[in-house]
Amino acid sequence: MEALRSLGQLVLALSIFSHLSLLAYSSSTQDLQIISAERRIDLTSHIVKVFLTLKVENPGTSPVSEVLLAFPPTQVDHLASLKAAITVGKKKKKSYVPLEVNPTELPDAPNGAKSFTISLLNPLNAGETATLEVLYILTHSLEPFPEEISQSESQLVYYRDSAIILSPYYIKQQTTFIRTPSTRVESFTRVESTDRAGSEIKYGPYKDRSTYSYSPIIVHFENNNPFAVVEELVREIEVSHWGNLQITEHYKLAHAGARHKGIFSRVEYQSRPHAGGVSSFKHLLARLPPRVHSVYYRDEIGNISSSHLRTDYLRSDLEIEPRYPLFGGWKATFVIGYGLPLEDFLFESPDGRRYLNFTFGCPLAETVVDKLTVKVVLPEGSKDPSAVVPFSVEQHLETKYSYLDVAGRTVVVLEKRNVVPEHNSHFQVYYTFNPIFMLAEPLMLVSTFFFVFMASVAYLHIDFSICKSS
Amino acid sequence: MAASQTSNGTTLRHAFGNVLSFFILILIGVLAFSIRLFSVIKYESVIHEFDPYFNYRVTQFLTKNGIYDFWNWFDDRTWYPLGRVIGGTVYPGLTLTAGSLWWFLNSLNIPLSVETICVFTAPIFSAFTSWATYLLTREVKGAGAGLTAAALIAMVPSYISRSVAGSYDNEAVVLGTLLAALVPVVGFNAVMTSEHFASFLVFIIIHVVAFVYYIKGILSPKMFKVAVTLVVSIGLLVCLAVVAVLVALVASSPTKGWSGRSLSLLDPTYASKYIPIIASVSEHQPPTWPSYFMDINVLAFLVPAGIIACFSPLSDASSFVILYIVTSVYFSGVMVRLMLVLAPAACILSGIALSEAFDIFTRSIKFQLPGLPGPPQVDAGETSSESTIPQNEVPKTKTDKSADTLKERPSRKNRKKEKEPVEKPSIKSQIEKRLLVLPFEGSVLAIFLLVLLGAFYVVHCVWAAAEAYSAPSIVLTSQSHDGLHVFDDFREAYAWLSHNTEVDDKVASWWDYGYQTTAMANRTVIVDNNTWNNTHIATVGTAMSSPEKAAWEIFNSLDVKYVLVVFGGLVGYPSDDINKFLWMVRIGGGVFPHIKEPDYLRDGQYRIDNQATPTMLNSLMYKLCYYRFVDTDGKGFDRVRRTEIGKKYFKLTHFEEVFTTHHWMVRLYKLKPPKNRIRGKTKKSKAKSSSTSSAKKSGTKRNPWH
Repeated sequence: MEALRSLGQLVLALSIFSHLSLLAYSSSTQDLQIISAERRIDLTSHIVKVFLTLKVENPGTSPVSEVLLAFPPTQVDHLASLKAAITVGKKKKKSYVPLEVNPTELPDAPNGAKSFTISLLNPLNAGETATLEVLYILTHSLEPFPEEISQSESQLVYYRDSAIILSPYYIKQQTTFIRTPSTRVESFTRVESTDRAGSEIKYGPYKDRSTYSYSPIIVHFENNNPFAVVEELVREIEVSHWGNLQITEHYKLAHAGARHKGIFSRVEYQSRPHAGGVSSFKHLLARLPPRVHSVYYRDEIGNISSSHLRTDYLRSDLEIEPRYPLFGGWKATFVIGYGLPLEDFLFESPDGRRYLNFTFGCPLAETVVDKLTVKVVLPEGSKDPSAVVPFSVEQHLETKYSYLDVAGRTVVVLEKRNVVPEHNSHFQVYYTFNPIFMLAEPLMLVSTFFFVFMASVAYLHIDFSICKSS
Repeated sequence: MAASQTSNGTTLRHAFGNVLSFFILILIGVLAFSIRLFSVIKYESVIHEFDPYFNYRVTQFLTKNGIYDFWNWFDDRTWYPLGRVIGGTVYPGLTLTAGSLWWFLNSLNIPLSVETICVFTAPIFSAFTSWATYLLTREVKGAGAGLTAAALIAMVPSYISRSVAGSYDNEAVVLGTLLAALVPVVGFNAVMTSEHFASFLVFIIIHVVAFVYYIKGILSPKMFKVAVTLVVSIGLLVCLAVVAVLVALVASSPTKGWSGRSLSLLDPTYASKYIPIIASVSEHQPPTWPSYFMDINVLAFLVPAGIIACFSPLSDASSFVILYIVTSVYFSGVMVRLMLVLAPAACILSGIALSEAFDIFTRSIKFQLPGLPGPPQVDAGETSSESTIPQNEVPKTKTDKSADTLKERPSRKNRKKEKEPVEKPSIKSQIEKRLLVLPFEGSVLAIFLLVLLGAFYVVHCVWAAAEAYSAPSIVLTSQSHDGLHVFDDFREAYAWLSHNTEVDDKVASWWDYGYQTTAMANRTVIVDNNTWNNTHIATVGTAMSSPEKAAWEIFNSLDVKYVLVVFGGLVGYPSDDINKFLWMVRIGGGVFPHIKEPDYLRDGQYRIDNQATPTMLNSLMYKLCYYRFVDTDGKGFDRVRRTEIGKKYFKLTHFEEVFTTHHWMVRLYKLKPPKNRIRGKTKKSKAKSSSTSSAKKSGTKRNPWH
């Protein structure tokens, strides 16, 4: 039933796209053309990574400073990260220079295709060529089928894409490679010149494809990698100028693969680890900064005892296990907290302001975060906070009251959806702070105790009795 | 001149003793607090056992929703489908105390979680308890005895067992704040239960007396007399009316308003005869002799000496203490739980005994020491223990105690005017004391032995606090050759329930796990540890002891979706459901007579091996516990019962295993939907339909809810 419906959709999409591609011939801007394109789609985990190598030529007369990339609307919704770089130099001296990528609206894009602009460093003059490397990451793009599996079954997923690269440019030659995690591939759409060898499926080479060509394909394959999705992650980074950086991370973890159905048998799971729970996962690895201390791992009902911490000079690895193995659709919540020495992360900028330099993303390896909230709690009395993040995030300010606060602490809140491990880059929060505020709380305590003692001295010298004893 | 010097010295000594005893009290408080932290250090900061989880949940509700919602709280997540009126049936003292502590700290912007407050409430209040003990004992026998008693109660194992960090229960706090827990702010339950009448009366009388003294102070004597006659005559009338109403109310109830638990105090055999549910709780059993030694240790031997000390001389206060110890010894003999009542009495009396003994022995030593002039001591009124410090190796605590005794006596005498002048009796007692002098060597030896006894007590208490009473019972550990092994199965199951089932799903389990399920898994339960409805518990007991199909029907009629059983056979955890099963049978059979205990016993013996009865082997509890157990080792060897199980290979038709924890300690089953059953039936030949319908009829007959 489900298969039939998706087949129907496929046929419909096919007809629409072939129709549109005919229409698009005349209307699109033909200022660039792609001499050769190679696409490698990595399906080994639940995060889809696509490496695209484009050799672009300017056949026209005027110089061009922008290159356009097109994506079907279904992919744009799941697009977590898009990076582009240009290769500079020849063979041995080859290096990559990152380029700026921005979304744009193209009025003539067919069927809701979305576009992104890569701004080149130097305009491409007539007749020149350039090689671009593009990496984009898709999340939630593997659809489990069957949707529900029992404990011992392995997980099969669909991946949908086009055999031909969707592009607003004319492509002379192109090839697409798809890598699956294992050799078990249930089915894949065969179009002309399709080849499969081991865990790799090759589409192409295709020659002389017109703009916005599209040829839908479906790959149905086995993927038992942990589909670890953090539905919500709140990271709270608390700066204390007494020398500590306290990080508290609240996780809502889910297994986003095929839903578990029916029984869970512990005998099966324990006696045959491979057959009795192949699609489940149990171990998670959190990469924490070096010199981490007082690490805890707990949930709302107490400590979770299944964790190991390994530390060395470069990094700290925290291996954690949820209370129970996660099967498809199962959820778990937990909290990881740790302290870090402040001098590793807090610096003074040349203009006298202080700034915190910390990683943005989720420390868990190979996980997708649907909604990430980073809260930087600045010490009481700090002013003019501003955050510098290498990608677009939502920002706002909050006030938090913690130990003995009077005025409250300024909290810089950064929110981002669809976060992948590639977002683990550094961000900075700048603020001004007067060290005299550090003394406020100790002085408050000292004066409180002083008044308590004064009050008790006064009390001992005053007679409060209601009736005088005769 | 000499007299002025000595009086000067005495005041100085008084001040010094005052400060010293203040610091000793603070240290005792620190000791009482810190000796209870073993559970946090060895395990973690977590709420312990069963009842504290309910109190914790109530406190959470109070802090989240405020006091008015708390008073009106009808809890629909327990006793499904009946629910429970929490606001009216709970003793609010504990939760209000912890709630206001939390509120106070949060208003100072100290963001401690409710859980942290709850965990540390008991240790904080045990510090208060030791101070209260000091005050009480000081009234009886002076400050020396008070300090000794406070130090003893700070670490008495009986009290530690109820008040380690995490034991967030009334018992932990009740000794310190007896009134707070008993004042029925809400909850006519407390008023309507007769056993609280006495404490009420005392409470009222104290207030009336205080009020009368106050009125007496502001009115002239004549007016006062008029007022008294007026008030008394009106008051008597009102009292008579109230008493008449109360007597009528109490007499109308069958047990004369006394709950079963209290009745079993008066008649220890009451519970085992009539109410198995009370007898099934191990806390309600009479204690064994070793448990006395475990819980109050050397105090058991010091108490008689303390009683003797209270008789010489017998005052109002000391006779109160004697009455207290006599009644509490009786009550502690009825229920293990009431050892807690005995502990403070034993501590007070042992404190008196120890301090008196030290007093006598050190005095004997002092009188026999050569080179000590006699007359100045007579001038000083009483023996000055400070002069003995440099010459003797007397323990330090003792000296300041007697210094306090010195200081305390005059002040009390000032208050009680009827006592004789100070000088006379002291000289008299001086002469008496000279007669009571013991041999020097004997005294030194006795002091040494007493110190040894005290040391033994301290060692025992620390051991009890660290080893015996620190386990939170939701996390178990075992020491094996390859290190510490943690069994965290209960929380694994509760976490699974809370994250992977629907919010409104009902979970059936034996009542022991009710509080924990509602607090940790946040799921609706059928019965819980507040065993107020015997029929409801009996229904669950009946379901557990019935065959699968009948059990399915009972559970289905109660809307149950999951059944939770605790099984220790794989790892050897003895307090599991199979060992509690006979109580389920008894309690179930008490209400639904088709469950008969002899059906589950082979020749009067409870067994689960191949000699077990078919009723036992077909009961739901057996099946849910041992389902696929044989696949673990091929034989099905139960490590608690130390035997191979009787029925090894069987299938479940109406239940399916949805979760089993890592060490198999908690197993969760889901009721299969009825649709499957019908489909299975229709698949079978229609010729069998008559037999199935008859089977169904017999099934419905067994179901008590139809």
